[in-house]
Amino acid sequence: MYLYDKYDQQLVNQRVAQFRNQTERYLAGEIADNEFLPLRLQNGLYIQRLAPMLRISVPYGLLSSRQLRKLGHIARTYDKGYAHFTTRQNIQLNWPQLEEVPDILAELAEVEMHGIQTSGNCIRNITSDEFAGIAVDEIEDPRPWCEIVRQWSTLHPEFAFLPRKFKIAISGSRGDRAATQVHDIGLHLVKDDAGETGFRVLVGGGLGRTPVIGSVISEFVPWRHLLSYLEAILRVYNRYGRRDNKYKARIKILVKAWTPEVFAAKVNEEWEFLKDGPATLTEEEVQRTRAFFTEPAYETLDDGAANTALDRQSADNIAFRRWLERNTVTHRVPGYSAVILSLKPVGIAPGDVTDRQFDAIADLADTYSFGEVRATHSQNIVLADVQKVRLFELWQTLKPLGFATPNIGTLTDLICCPGGDFCSLANAKSIPIAEALQRKFDNLDYLYDLGDLTLNISGCMNACGHHHVGNIGILGVDKKGEEFYQIQLGGSSDTDASLGNVLGPSFYQDQVPEVVEKILNVYVANRQPEESFLDTFRRIGLAPFKESIYDKAH
Amino acid sequence: MTRLIKSGAVVEDNWQLIPRDHQGELPRGRIIVPLSLWLDGKALASHSGEPLGIWIDVDEDVEQLGGHAREFALVAINFPTFMDGRGFSTARLLRERYGYQGEIRAIGNVIRDQLFYMQRCGFDAFELREGTDLEASLASLRDFDVTYQGATDQALPLYRRRNV
Repeated sequence: MYLYDKYDQQLVNQRVAQFRNQTERYLAGEIADNEFLPLRLQNGLYIQRLAPMLRISVPYGLLSSRQLRKLGHIARTYDKGYAHFTTRQNIQLNWPQLEEVPDILAELAEVEMHGIQTSGNCIRNITSDEFAGIAVDEIEDPRPWCEIVRQWSTLHPEFAFLPRKFKIAISGSRGDRAATQVHDIGLHLVKDDAGETGFRVLVGGGLGRTPVIGSVISEFVPWRHLLSYLEAILRVYNRYGRRDNKYKARIKILVKAWTPEVFAAKVNEEWEFLKDGPATLTEEEVQRTRAFFTEPAYETLDDGAANTALDRQSADNIAFRRWLERNTVTHRVPGYSAVILSLKPVGIAPGDVTDRQFDAIADLADTYSFGEVRATHSQNIVLADVQKVRLFELWQTLKPLGFATPNIGTLTDLICCPGGDFCSLANAKSIPIAEALQRKFDNLDYLYDLGDLTLNISGCMNACGHHHVGNIGILGVDKKGEEFYQIQLGGSSDTDASLGNVLGPSFYQDQVPEVVEKILNVYVANRQPEESFLDTFRRIGLAPFKESIYDKAH
Repeated sequence: MTRLIKSGAVVEDNWQLIPRDHQGELPRGRIIVPLSLWLDGKALASHSGEPLGIWIDVDEDVEQLGGHAREFALVAINFPTFMDGRGFSTARLLRERYGYQGEIRAIGNVIRDQLFYMQRCGFDAFELREGTDLEASLASLRDFDVTYQGATDQALPLYRRRNV
């Protein structure tokens, strides 16, 4: 992974000093609340319902064991002993003290971490594919490009007061595992006929109040021009994005109002001035950055022998077999697998990790996966490089740690925002819904029979739980002070991205598990052999679901 | 007299800002006229011989001024609220696209903690909101010694300087 040199370290150290000074001046009454707001947000600090919340940046989801141990230490020392992985591969602390935040940031800086631009109207953390570098369908490793864009966007002086937040995701594979179509900018690594690397550029995707799938504005931006092109997009957005209404301030509204064609033309006009200027990327810089993401020291392994051993181990061990099927992923290097640690056991808020679990994950990373892990946008953890011959041993180790729930990609591997239990923006709680669903659908055979299915829960319109792109999406709404839940069907954030359709009138909290059950029954009754929930929905449409639920319920 | 930060020091000066709704004769002395007045071509000839500045709002297209900026000793960019970042682009365009080398002054609702970014975008004078300790604020111009991306103050991104 990327390692800081003296420049990167100095920047982060000076950021801590800057925020320490700002916090002191705020506490001394020298900075007004509204002036402190963007300063603290751009260091990840929210003032929440019960306490401040600090969002820590995990650039494109990569964490080292050293960083994990530091996070465990911080959760233990400054918080209540746990933290939360978010849908943007970041980490949130729920109970820090405002006065201690500069100390937390100083601790993070010791391990090359920070909270820079994890909130506020600026360019946020760059997200990517959790299987970068190991995926079988990869065109090119996106991580060096993520790092290059991260550095360009970090403390960018022109774009710190944008109309609204701005999210960039980069995918290097054929399959889209970074939800690039629902980001302000989605970048797809592509090759031209000559084999030269470039980017297909999408803009104007996003969730929130007005969900939109992004539009392609360029099929191929050569790699050298990536930053000048991004700069052109951001400048056009900074100048012309709406600022009169925060709900209409995202770039998607501008792109829609102008049309993607007009927006693209405006970007090109701006780009003409910037192209071939000093922001042009150099071969040296790309090589320098790529050198941080070279292959780890893989051993030459006998894949066939490893598979035979796994077959033997799983033949008479159904629990191990289930875990192997759901929680491991094919690796492009023979003899290796990627392993997903499920952070979705029943009764734990999805994505929550205790201080001890941080330490345990760090140990696992050191023992099994070259000292690194990846955070996923579905709020799990990936050990990317595990030898197949060690999977059985690893599985046994994971069970007592609470990471072996064999539910990855199933209904109970649900995505869930912190919701009304923590977040001051939320209209409704989301964690109790998640728990009720996990309790109701705890039969693994049933879950496996349902197959791949995403269920995403957001406690409000802001859609941190990505409800629009869940096969089943649940949105908390507030009606006259009471919490209700609206259900949507048919969303997807994959390569074939689509937004869900609202099923109909919303439900009380305690009705939700039963309604989900009815939805699943409609699927099971209508599916064709091997047909996924999403495919069945796309084939039969909303009507059969609507009939089943509302005819009987009302 | 106005106290402000200019070229890294606290100074006083006597530029006078002419509001957009100004009626009648322009005052003598060093004045900063609104873009709209200049666009109208009104009453500026009578002011010849005196140093002249112009001010532009964040929602006004700097293209309207363009290379004519060079006819002014000072361009002020007005921030109705400090959260409105359009003025950062305005300043960069003035410097980098239109080659403006005179003073660029941030006026309106500007806060100390924006100084570093503003300076990077080409501002060199700052009228901070009333009650700001200007001497103490000078430190905010020096918040960082490292910058990743090129901007007005340093055209080269760090990757073109890293090993130098």
